Amino acid sequence: MLDPVIASRLQFAVTTIVHIVFPVISMGLGPFLIYFTWKSIRSQSPVYEQLRRLWTRVFAITFVVGTVTGLVLEFEFGTNFAAFSSFAGELFAGPLAFEGLIAFMLEASFLGIFVFGRDKVGDRGYFLSAVAVGLGSWLSAIWILIANSWMQTPRGYEIVQTGGQEVIRLVDPLAAYLNPRFIWMFVHMQTGVVESVALLLAGIAAYQLSKRSSDDSGVPLWRATLKVSLVVLLITAPLQVIQGDLYARHIYHTQPEKFAAMEAIWETGRYVPEYIVAVPTTIEGFHTPDAKQLFGLGIPGGASWLASGGDPRAVIRGLDSFPTPHPPVAIVFWAFRIMVALGFWFVLLAFWGGVRLWRGGLYRDRLLLGALQVSAPLGILAVELGWIVTEVGRQPWVVQGLMKTRSAVSPGLSSGEATLTLAGFVVGYLALLIVYIVVIRRILNTAPPAVGPETGGTDQMEGIDNE
Amino acid sequence: MSNGWLGTEPWFGLPLADLWFILVFVLFGTFLLLDGFDFGVGMLYGLRRDEAVREQLLAAVSPFWDANEVWLVVFGGALFAGFPSVYANLFSRHYLLMFGVLLALILRGLSPELIEARSGARWTQFWQGAFVGGSIASPLLLGVFAANWLIGAHQLQWFPGLLVGLTLCLLCLVDGVAYLGFKAPSLRPSLPRYGTRAMVGYLGGVVLTLGYLYVVVTPLSSVVFSPIVLGLVVLSIVFAGVYVVALAREQYRIAFLTVASLVYAFIGVVITVMHPMVDRADGLTVSEAIVSPLALNLLTLVTVAILPFITGYFIVLYSIFRGPASSAENY
Repeated sequence: MLDPVIASRLQFAVTTIVHIVFPVISMGLGPFLIYFTWKSIRSQSPVYEQLRRLWTRVFAITFVVGTVTGLVLEFEFGTNFAAFSSFAGELFAGPLAFEGLIAFMLEASFLGIFVFGRDKVGDRGYFLSAVAVGLGSWLSAIWILIANSWMQTPRGYEIVQTGGQEVIRLVDPLAAYLNPRFIWMFVHMQTGVVESVALLLAGIAAYQLSKRSSDDSGVPLWRATLKVSLVVLLITAPLQVIQGDLYARHIYHTQPEKFAAMEAIWETGRYVPEYIVAVPTTIEGFHTPDAKQLFGLGIPGGASWLASGGDPRAVIRGLDSFPTPHPPVAIVFWAFRIMVALGFWFVLLAFWGGVRLWRGGLYRDRLLLGALQVSAPLGILAVELGWIVTEVGRQPWVVQGLMKTRSAVSPGLSSGEATLTLAGFVVGYLALLIVYIVVIRRILNTAPPAVGPETGGTDQMEGIDNE
Repeated sequence: MSNGWLGTEPWFGLPLADLWFILVFVLFGTFLLLDGFDFGVGMLYGLRRDEAVREQLLAAVSPFWDANEVWLVVFGGALFAGFPSVYANLFSRHYLLMFGVLLALILRGLSPELIEARSGARWTQFWQGAFVGGSIASPLLLGVFAANWLIGAHQLQWFPGLLVGLTLCLLCLVDGVAYLGFKAPSLRPSLPRYGTRAMVGYLGGVVLTLGYLYVVVTPLSSVVFSPIVLGLVVLSIVFAGVYVVALAREQYRIAFLTVASLVYAFIGVVITVMHPMVDRADGLTVSEAIVSPLALNLLTLVTVAILPFITGYFIVLYSIFRGPASSAENY
């Protein structure tokens, strides 16, 4: 039996880490679907109609899984983090309610039309439903990130006593909602989701092309997928690295403890190096996430240079200078490093693909197609790592400077109940992920789906034969 | 930045808190009405063996259920945003029950997408079972939750919980039958039979629940016997009669309107019995648990501004798919 605090934190970690996969895919698919729908209406080529159908099916299932796993998170604020919900609900729950009213209603209503209504509405109506679904999913991100960013850089509130309890009161909604972190987080996340889906699509297309002969009926569809996703990757990958760099500087100014953990800086100083890798120099150091004796390989003055925007002599506060306990440094340090490395890898991949796209030979470059296949899930991995930096890096706080995570957990929760539901989620979500992958694989392997309702059965059979 | 524009006093005075309290339950009622027929259709799915009928039942709810379920999300959001401590208390107090509700909703949500996602008898049977099971367990467990909320139980009380849960299941069945009158013409001959039985059961459940509250939960005795509650019960009986006649005459529009009236009458009873408490177990009243006037004004402003749009989305959605459902899904 686990301590209820530990079990609740682990459970929230498991349920968010699994949940985030689905909104990343559905939000990232949004712009692609709008484009495919537009082209399927405007162009005579059947490929775009096939693309629209294929990715709409993937979207529909992803959206449903995202809905049900998202509902779990909404419940968990009450079930597991009741103390937090009572304390910060006035500020935190407003954006959640607005997400439901403004974003989710729009998305879910038009999803019905988008998924099931192609032959019930005209081209214009159908295109509008695609836009409404995409817009709804992005509006959702706005409200969720307002709630999250407020926990990182809380503004526009006061703390008052009611009934013997401290609670947060909203005093300035604009300051609270448009807190300093929000716009950084929103741009980084939304660029990340589009980049992740571009990588996913490019990788799947590379895989499908590598196992089909060039006269296969599915080849035009997968070639179109590859081209579109590489173009999107070329736009998003460099943007993400540049914006990410500025974002890190913003974190240095607003959450210096998190920045110090990202860089594993213990002592305040000048000329702080940017470690590429850092390993503990003692055996015991490997057992704890906060070993101080580190051997690092890095760029002298690099971290100072990054944080200050160009001055290698800039002073950086070390973790030892903060009165509160530090976050588990190794997790934050490595999650940040791997995310950044992936970000640069995606830029390389984007330029490599871009050159092949421009100069020709894209479909013959086995090495590139292989690299794309390997990289298919790595965009989502980078998003996960980024969130680990964000969420682990703010520990021990659940709301920066206002409430510690261990005080956020429901007071009456028993370790038996908390352990039971944690175990249930570990098993259930593993099964859910397997089911999701099986179903999506089947949809992709039977692509291209039929165009025109009459030929549905036969085309699908052909697809199955190809497996 | 100053926020004089939102004010520090509740608009229209203190009753705004009560209006928000009512709104929370009206949102739940709208969920019960709209997702209720999805649940009812899921129950009937379990009663039918004919695959063609089953496909039609699935097609009758496919484009809608997701949008319908958002009303539950919005209900939760409105409760959390308006009464954060109540949300926190209720959900943590009935910890395992809430995860039971989630499991039921997850199975019900996933199954329609998955039944036909893969061939294989065991796969299909499993997800068909999950669809039926989720459609029954969702309203049942939400009923258990509602009953324990209403009576202010610290420990989960199963008898009144299951009583209200079964009553809600029957209401969903009544709802689903009326809805299928529009969507599944081939089922029309058997609808009056299902509808009448479910309706009798529903009324029985309401009377038993109120009787239990009157006899066992003594603090609520006087309000259960109040003119408003008794009036709503009498109205419900009248609506039930109209429903049965309308089904027999194949007047499904009237049948569906009576179901809507029954749902909001039920919600009216809940509101009347609970008010002025919002969390009886913790002794919290509406005016104690409500967020600050500024936050409440903001919530009200956004909600009032957006509700006409949401109504518009649902009118568009339901009118595009009006008429009988075709069993062929078209992506």
